[in-house]
Amino acid sequence: MSTANAPELAARVQASKEALDAHVREIIEWHFNPETGCPFWLNWAENAGWDPRKEVHNYADLDKFGNFEDDWLRGGPVRRWVPKGYADKPVYVFETGGSTGVPKSRMQINDFRIDYEQFSTTLPDEAFPKGSDWLMLGPSGPRRLRLAVEHLAQHRGGIAFCVDLDPRWVIKLIKRGEIREAELYKQHCIDQALTILRANEVKCMFTTPKLLEALCEKIDLAKYGIKGVFCGGTEMTPQFHRFAVEELLGPDVYFAPTYGNTLMGLATHRAPAKEDNWAIIYYPPAPRALLEVVNPDNPLELVPYGATGRVRLTTLTKETFIPRFLERDECEREAPCDQYPWDGVRNVRPFSKFQKSVVEGVY
Amino acid sequence: MIHIPILRQGKPYKSIDVNRAFHYRTGEQLAEISQANIGLIRRDLLKQGEMQAALQGFTTRELIALAKKAAKHFAEDELPLGDSMQSPDDIVKQITGTTGSPNVMVRRNMEKVRGVLDSMETVLSGLTRLPDLDMLDRGYGEIGGRALSFFPRGKSLGVILPSNSPGVHSLWAPAIAFKTPLILKPGGSEPWTPYRIAQAYIKAGVPPEAFGYYSTNHGGGGEILRQSGRGMLFGDVGAAKAWSGDPRIEIHGPGYSKVILADEGAKNWEKYIDLIADSIAQNSGRSCVNCSSVWTTANGKEIAEALAERFAKIAPRAEDDPEAAVAPFASPDIARRISAMIDQEMDGAVDLVEAKRGTPRVADKDGCTYVLPAVVHVDKSHALANREFLFPYASVVQVSPEELPDCLGPTLVCTAITSDRALQQRLLANNHIGRLNFGPISTMKISWDQPHEGNLFDHLYARRAFQSVLETVA
Repeated sequence: MSTANAPELAARVQASKEALDAHVREIIEWHFNPETGCPFWLNWAENAGWDPRKEVHNYADLDKFGNFEDDWLRGGPVRRWVPKGYADKPVYVFETGGSTGVPKSRMQINDFRIDYEQFSTTLPDEAFPKGSDWLMLGPSGPRRLRLAVEHLAQHRGGIAFCVDLDPRWVIKLIKRGEIREAELYKQHCIDQALTILRANEVKCMFTTPKLLEALCEKIDLAKYGIKGVFCGGTEMTPQFHRFAVEELLGPDVYFAPTYGNTLMGLATHRAPAKEDNWAIIYYPPAPRALLEVVNPDNPLELVPYGATGRVRLTTLTKETFIPRFLERDECEREAPCDQYPWDGVRNVRPFSKFQKSVVEGVY
Repeated sequence: MIHIPILRQGKPYKSIDVNRAFHYRTGEQLAEISQANIGLIRRDLLKQGEMQAALQGFTTRELIALAKKAAKHFAEDELPLGDSMQSPDDIVKQITGTTGSPNVMVRRNMEKVRGVLDSMETVLSGLTRLPDLDMLDRGYGEIGGRALSFFPRGKSLGVILPSNSPGVHSLWAPAIAFKTPLILKPGGSEPWTPYRIAQAYIKAGVPPEAFGYYSTNHGGGGEILRQSGRGMLFGDVGAAKAWSGDPRIEIHGPGYSKVILADEGAKNWEKYIDLIADSIAQNSGRSCVNCSSVWTTANGKEIAEALAERFAKIAPRAEDDPEAAVAPFASPDIARRISAMIDQEMDGAVDLVEAKRGTPRVADKDGCTYVLPAVVHVDKSHALANREFLFPYASVVQVSPEELPDCLGPTLVCTAITSDRALQQRLLANNHIGRLNFGPISTMKISWDQPHEGNLFDHLYARRAFQSVLETVA
């Protein structure tokens, strides 16, 4: 996929590694400095008996933290995650999960804006025209996505129309086997979207794979003036990618698949190439977040390029530090490319060892 | 490599997602099968009206004639299989390869499919009981001076198919003659037969638009049942339970088919022992119409011993051996688990076949794993009294005549060998019995002029009140 020659790409990869190492040192200094770090990490370092500011010099050194446990993000007090350096800033709490039990929380001040402003630079203007209005047909409530997409629209000079959508209710319906009720709820969301699309001149939208399918069963998005669809939230297979491009949207609507979550932010897709056979290849927003593909039985070991492994996330922003978090996904490891000189991930899907216990395809 | 595509209104579609089918013994890959994503299925099923319209231009008689031609194509011709062609011998080897069913059993089942296609007029007459099938084209008619009218309950029939026995395809194949398009989800290891039936119909002249063939995952199967006008599901107890409340879906779960012997029938049991053995063991016991328990008012122990004597002679044979009487399991692990489950539930009972054979129930031969036949003699409250497994298995249960038929429970096919009129009346009145045979008739025997395992016509059509005054309305 790369257009750069091999030595040129190697030089870019090396430069990005050096930038990442410098970024790591800056983030570690921030999070473990008693003046700026958050209570959680300062306590953690005290109990661990070692000072990350002295021992972490580069990205590889983050292995010393072991794997981040997502249970740490559940429950209160949530202010333990707010860096002292941001104590006087207005704080958002975004939640993930929570259909049963306590959700995971991520505290944010500006990260969602920064992530989506960066993402905005990857969107083609002809498909997502500046100044155009958006439809946010995705989860509402305490979800980061709802505010992030609205910010994306505003950042690009538009307004975002939103719907009410509670994914926790949908998960409960599915777990109870009430598929008909779940279908009715989906139609309720689609009805809200149709009302917005009929009354307003909307050109861009965010939605999830299932809602995109449901919406396209009702209308031809191109005829409604939609130019670009930014899609994410649940697994997308290569077959879905092809189906979306060839049948749901057609040649006049751009399809931008993404992979993301509340803890990472947003990984953008590499422009599809014929030789990829509709594989969906994502690159994380380095150095703010990194995705790696590791041996499930030894998460410290990266698998070779092209091999399958478990997704490991490291988030490195001044608002959030999440080292070596093992996602519930698997994929193939993708080599750096011209546009993204760091590791990517190919065909992300639910981790096969967990598949029986994961309810996917919620909204 | 053979590739089996999705059929979207008859048009082949190669998916990026594929499943692979392997030979049960050698592990050789035999085919890759395109997998349909749920959205694609939903999108296609928005066009059920078009699919139905493709069949509306035909009369029932024309479709019966096309079915007859399809029978010939199915049994004798090379037919498209993805990008390649498939001969009748090819499909026998392919089904054996992916299911383990010996060639001789596959051929028997293929003949069953051919039979239903070839006998379509008889089948339709049996299902509808109409003296004049043209009434289906007109939508109304008269019998004995009384007006009758029928209307289709849905625009298509979605069928979730099993892998265990290709004979079940004879149940849905008549839908085309009833002008009902088919949305088929093949079983994971038996993608072959439904694809070939569709191709045989298409070659005969049925519009390709009438056929949807979607190999897909569990969610895709659910979507087919939800979106199709009418549905038919072959599955285990769990799958059957999940859809049991939906009147649009005809469920084919375990059959728990039975042979009953009472009064003279029980007394003269030796006369019927071959028929009982055939009901239990034909098709390696894999069909829901296989007898899985024998209920008798006398001589239970003797009957069980006699069955065991016969079944002890059944041994694994090569897949192309015409004498092969038991099929290996594609998954050795499943074979061992089934056998272990029976052992755990014995509770003092004995597998009489195992005792006579002198070797374990699970046998390995030439890299294949078999579960050899089992017979237990138990009382009606025993855990193994009314069970069904994917191999030749039967319990023999002795009860008093008065206990019949209330002790039987759900029974797909019941063969009752008795001259006790009162018992016959009780059997006729029993609402748990799907098909009732009086006299020495194998539970496996299907009469094409009788509805079997549900009435496809009643499932696809409903009767409406109808009156007409035959005058021109000015």
